[in-house]
Amino acid sequence: MKKLISMILAILLICAGLYIGADQLEKAKGITGENSLNLYNWGDYIDPELITKFEDETGYRVTYETFDSNEAMYTKIEQGGTNYDLAVPSEYMIERMIDEDLLIELDHSKIKGLANIDAQFLNQSFDPSNQFSIPYFWGTLGIIYNDKFVEEDAIQHWDDLWNPELKNEVMLIDGAREIIGLALDSEGNSLNSKEDDQLAAAAKKLSGLTPNVKAIVADEIKMYMIQEEASVAVTFSGEASEMLYENENLHYVIPSEGSNLWFDNFVIPKTAKNFEAAYAFINFMLEPENAAQNAEYVGYSTPNKEAMKILPAEITEDEQFYPNEETMKNLEVYEDLGSKYIGVYNDYFLEFKMHRK
Amino acid sequence: MTKKSNVFYFIPYTFWLLLFVVAPLVLIVYQSFFTVDGQFTLDNYQAYFQSGTYLRMTLNSFWYAFLITLFTLLISYPTAYLLNKTKHKQLWLLLIILPTWINLLLKAYAFIGIFSANGTVNDFLAFVGIGRQQILFTDFSFLAVATYIEIPFMILPIFNALEEMNPSFIRASRDLGANNFETFRRVIFPLTLTGVKSGVQAVFIPSLSLFMLTRLIGGNRVITLGTAIEQHFLVTQNWGMGSTIGVVLIIAMILIMLFTGEKKKKGVAHK
Repeated sequence: MKKLISMILAILLICAGLYIGADQLEKAKGITGENSLNLYNWGDYIDPELITKFEDETGYRVTYETFDSNEAMYTKIEQGGTNYDLAVPSEYMIERMIDEDLLIELDHSKIKGLANIDAQFLNQSFDPSNQFSIPYFWGTLGIIYNDKFVEEDAIQHWDDLWNPELKNEVMLIDGAREIIGLALDSEGNSLNSKEDDQLAAAAKKLSGLTPNVKAIVADEIKMYMIQEEASVAVTFSGEASEMLYENENLHYVIPSEGSNLWFDNFVIPKTAKNFEAAYAFINFMLEPENAAQNAEYVGYSTPNKEAMKILPAEITEDEQFYPNEETMKNLEVYEDLGSKYIGVYNDYFLEFKMHRK
Repeated sequence: MTKKSNVFYFIPYTFWLLLFVVAPLVLIVYQSFFTVDGQFTLDNYQAYFQSGTYLRMTLNSFWYAFLITLFTLLISYPTAYLLNKTKHKQLWLLLIILPTWINLLLKAYAFIGIFSANGTVNDFLAFVGIGRQQILFTDFSFLAVATYIEIPFMILPIFNALEEMNPSFIRASRDLGANNFETFRRVIFPLTLTGVKSGVQAVFIPSLSLFMLTRLIGGNRVITLGTAIEQHFLVTQNWGMGSTIGVVLIIAMILIMLFTGEKKKKGVAHK
């Protein structure tokens, strides 16, 4: 018993010691509430040099914390106890956070350089007139294929996934909106459709895709495509850019008939303490040369049209990540369907998963 | 005095049971009677029992759980039996339990490496001339990994039952002229049946709602009720339907417990 108590005491002492040590370390680095910026972003989603540059220019100290899913980020902010000044959720999560009053309305007089953002990426349905969010990166949903196994012409549209030659070769992302959406798009309908007959037709068409489906997985697609486990996959452009970097046989296609357009935007959550620093960072990232440097590092598509002018042509002319106007016109942002239709989409998706080969 | 202190000692456990066992169960049952909009209804149950998708999924879950349990039992019983005859049985037992110390996800990822198109198994198959096969995302890989993961939970109770068995029973059976098979069938197996039953419970019940493996190893080609519950709670936010499936699973598990549970002693003398 004595041993147990002394052990517990020892653990408590070590914890206290570590806590004090961490506190001292932060003070030594000059991180105090007033001149620090708590940035909450996806992992490896900013050029670290830019953070150093920002610190040198403005004198703020940046604490960079990362999350790996919108849901994880949402929970941490919703639960409180954190003091993130700036976060980068995706569009559907922004809509939800606005609804639940977790975001602070932006003071547009403090934001400089919003004009650098291409107008087509502003005023989206999830945040009309950008009261709560400023675009950081955007992307699409598309098809990635390996040119060792598939010819370039063979995969250009969603319908090509149904090609019998791709038997047991296609990997799909595990998302109801994505998969039902691609079936809707392939029929020429909107991926936000709430027409019951369109949805039933999409579900029926999907059941024909079953023989070609190898697996319905999530982030693992990246690993599998790089290791050439499958020859074709449906995935997001952000993931695709990382796959392309690792395996040069891979190519990414955005079906021109329509697909999903997604955003990751800066928001100031309710947990923010240092608003000046948050606005300073937004403005810093809106500057064309910084946005360009960041886009080159991260490999995602930048919404900053001035930055596009600085970026090398091989990046901005790459239609895999900067599709032409014709395709852009057909891209759609996910709208909130309301709980009834979210249920309908998911039931169809579950049914699709249930089909046996 | 003793009675009072007994009550005192029970307080933390009672609280524990109320908070972490009774309360969640009540909440699940309660939730299952509400629609997404928070209205009291029996629609969830009606939807469940009228939907071909859910019923097929239920059958699927039971079928796969049955197969997993069967394979685990077929492997575990001989293992436990032989283990009990070895010299350093505690050491061997420790080695078998060791994998349970490793996180399930890590083990699943290790199997992805082993079963993938360019993985160890396929390298071997290519080497011996059979050629590369699709192993990952098949029923085979799912059952193999699930069985592997559940084996320690089956071996332990059987091993314990075998160890507790009085060896003089076996000697008596031999003396009375029974051969090895007869001894096993009439003496050893009936005496270790309790171990087998608790092993079956420990394997079958969690297998019913395995869902991490269905995606990672089965590539969502194997769908169990766990997948549907996850989807209802995380994606559609239809907690009512998710809870309904949960209630169905709980009832199914209670039935299995009753079915495999120990019957009241029939007055057979022990040891």
